[in-house]
Amino acid sequence: MNKNILLCGVGGQGTILASRLLAAAAMKKGLEVLTAETIGMSQRGGSVTSHMRMGTEIHSPLIGKGDADLLLAFEPGEAVRNLPYLKKDGVVIVNTHPVRPVTGTLSGTEYTGTEMIEYLQQKGLRVITVDSRKAAADLGSSKVLNVVLLGAAVRSGETGLTEEEIKDAILRIVPERFHELNLRALSYAGE
Amino acid sequence: MHKEFVMGNEAIALGAIAAGVNLVSGYPGTPSTEVLETVSKRRTQATYVEWSVNEKAGLEVAAGAAYTGARTMVTMKQVGLNVASDPLMSLAYIGVKGGMVVLVADDPGPISSQTEQDTRTFAAYSKLPIFDPTGVAEAYEMIQEAFDYSEKYKTPVIFRTTTRISHGYASIDVKDEAEYRTNTVIGFEKKPDWVIFPRLSFRNHTMIEERNVRIGTDFSGYGKNSLLAASGDFVSCRRGIATHGISYQYTMENLDETSHPKLLKVATPFPFPEELALSFLEGLDEVLCVEELDPALERALTYVCGKYHLPVKIFGKLTGNIPAAGENSVESVGAALKSFFGASFREKEIFDISDAPALPVRPPVLCAGCPHRASFYAVKRAAAGRKALFSGDIGCYTLGNAAPLDMTDTCLCMGAGITLAQGIGRMEPDTVCFSFTGDSTFFASGITGIVNAYYNQANMTAVILDNSTTAMTGHQPHPGTGKTMMGEVVSKVSIEKVLRAIGLETVVTVDPLDQELAIRTVKEVMDQPGVKAIIFKSPCIALVKSERTAAVDQEKCIRCKKCIREFGCPGIVIEAGQVKIDTSLCTGCGLCAGVCPKDAIQTEVRKA
Repeated sequence: MNKNILLCGVGGQGTILASRLLAAAAMKKGLEVLTAETIGMSQRGGSVTSHMRMGTEIHSPLIGKGDADLLLAFEPGEAVRNLPYLKKDGVVIVNTHPVRPVTGTLSGTEYTGTEMIEYLQQKGLRVITVDSRKAAADLGSSKVLNVVLLGAAVRSGETGLTEEEIKDAILRIVPERFHELNLRALSYAGE
Repeated sequence: MHKEFVMGNEAIALGAIAAGVNLVSGYPGTPSTEVLETVSKRRTQATYVEWSVNEKAGLEVAAGAAYTGARTMVTMKQVGLNVASDPLMSLAYIGVKGGMVVLVADDPGPISSQTEQDTRTFAAYSKLPIFDPTGVAEAYEMIQEAFDYSEKYKTPVIFRTTTRISHGYASIDVKDEAEYRTNTVIGFEKKPDWVIFPRLSFRNHTMIEERNVRIGTDFSGYGKNSLLAASGDFVSCRRGIATHGISYQYTMENLDETSHPKLLKVATPFPFPEELALSFLEGLDEVLCVEELDPALERALTYVCGKYHLPVKIFGKLTGNIPAAGENSVESVGAALKSFFGASFREKEIFDISDAPALPVRPPVLCAGCPHRASFYAVKRAAAGRKALFSGDIGCYTLGNAAPLDMTDTCLCMGAGITLAQGIGRMEPDTVCFSFTGDSTFFASGITGIVNAYYNQANMTAVILDNSTTAMTGHQPHPGTGKTMMGEVVSKVSIEKVLRAIGLETVVTVDPLDQELAIRTVKEVMDQPGVKAIIFKSPCIALVKSERTAAVDQEKCIRCKKCIREFGCPGIVIEAGQVKIDTSLCTGCGLCAGVCPKDAIQTEVRKA
């Protein structure tokens, strides 16, 4: 059974580590894994995506539109932008707190993020929200949003991976001094 | 063998190391950069590695080493091949002794390049064999085979990837060090064959044309060129697919494993595997060529059909079945297959987001605290009210073209900013001409432009943006940094001394973050006659940990937003109507503090 997960967000939010952890967990299970990322012009502030595919019969490193089982969105505007990749019955996990671009600050075209979440919900999708600001306050760090979202992703049942398998990947890939924080982030479930 | 989860570029590097590569040179360029970086990290004692000053130098170093029997590789992006084309065109006539691979990464889209040129076309033009892998695992094996073919035919070969291969990750089988090939260098043997003269070129031209026919036949039996027989509902279908590279994967993604048309996968577009193509064309009436960039397969198959009087119609980019420009995708290939075969292989329902709220636009911007912003702003202020030209170049600082800075009037190719400014200045003597060149670009191809300006009595100010690194491609060392890829600490080449040695009398080095001094310097220098240089020296923010950050005094701030309008710095945000500093991005450069009319912004030591 193939699983396609599209991670999206804004440069600097940690999408790459999240996809690395998913890949490590899937590989340990003996699955074939392909990933593709935006590199180059996508420094801080640009839209970034990380395509992550795992399974037994996969070819393209990029997910086709309408093919993603799960959209793991680090930012509400980016969730909507990448919605065409999601299957009609796919699941969205989304951080509700927006990252507003400098261009919006200049032109005054601001958005709150709420309209994006409402839009996703109108589509009849299963939308799981994560409040990054609350998570940062509760965990004492804004650097582990990626792992907080991964926790929500595995608990949604849509990744085909378990919390234990991601935990094992964290212990293998993340430097030891960050283990405690990342494991707390993984099991963080809001309220 | 062991399993590794690697990027395509890492796979190519590991494959070259396993093939016993003795020397790797190159110049950074997206999406090729990680090949050489990985060689540097994973090499054995037998491999020498360097970032050369540009692709031409890199190719010549690799060629010289290959003359001695060494296995060599030179890496670059597609536009880098234009810089290296002078030696490469001639080297094609001379040939090599040791295996030599010219690694070129193409960029369909383009995602971060000036052009959508196709290195497969360059291979045909230069008459050099070319390898075009379809994925990460195949690239790992193919690069090793490329060295073997290069040695077999004593010619450099081109190995070409595209962004999605270079930057895609896969879990692949990688050789252990004990399985690496060891290549012993024989040494340079003096003989007339190494000296290119018209007579030798004529003789070798004849040899090359004959040889390439033989290579085409050889390639017809090369395992990575392959035929997939039609199956299921398509067994009697008289339509087929020809494809290559990442488009092969997009095609396979759309096909049913047990029911699909006949398919030709081309791994070596030049010399074209004609015999294999003939077996593919047999029994077909129509072929769809699914390819990116140039219609190389489409032209080659059309030629084969003409040559053998085959009644097969070839479709692709030239017939409008595949988009002429840009990169393919799973869904674009799916749509092309659907209209060609009149049937869909896999129907997808896709969310329509045309009714979505306005999405944020996120163009790439200069980082918060980037010294280039300060340099551009200083020149902008100094030249305010004047008829001025701001001629830009290739690097992070190309982003100086964005609003609100709007400080890049031209950008063409590496080093062209300096010389374009001369041409425009010749025709518009009343324009104050500035060129902006980064430090790595200055060494790569800026120096000759300055010599040209000085010799031909141009009137311009050459601004060198020296941030002590090759920032755009991920911080590679260059001659001004005093570090090499072999880990040596060496003498730095001084940009100021180079400029003075050329003859420039006015060469001023200034920290752009000292805005008052920077603006005063530009004002003093720009109206002097002749060629002048200003070196704005301040390290890239990614190289130094910032110890300061700015803060807005909300009591003093009148929300005029001048700080936002002047710079477009991503470190300044508006939250609930208040102007605030995003301290996770701010480096405390103080540029915004300098323009605040109410003195409401201060920089302070960053709190732990």
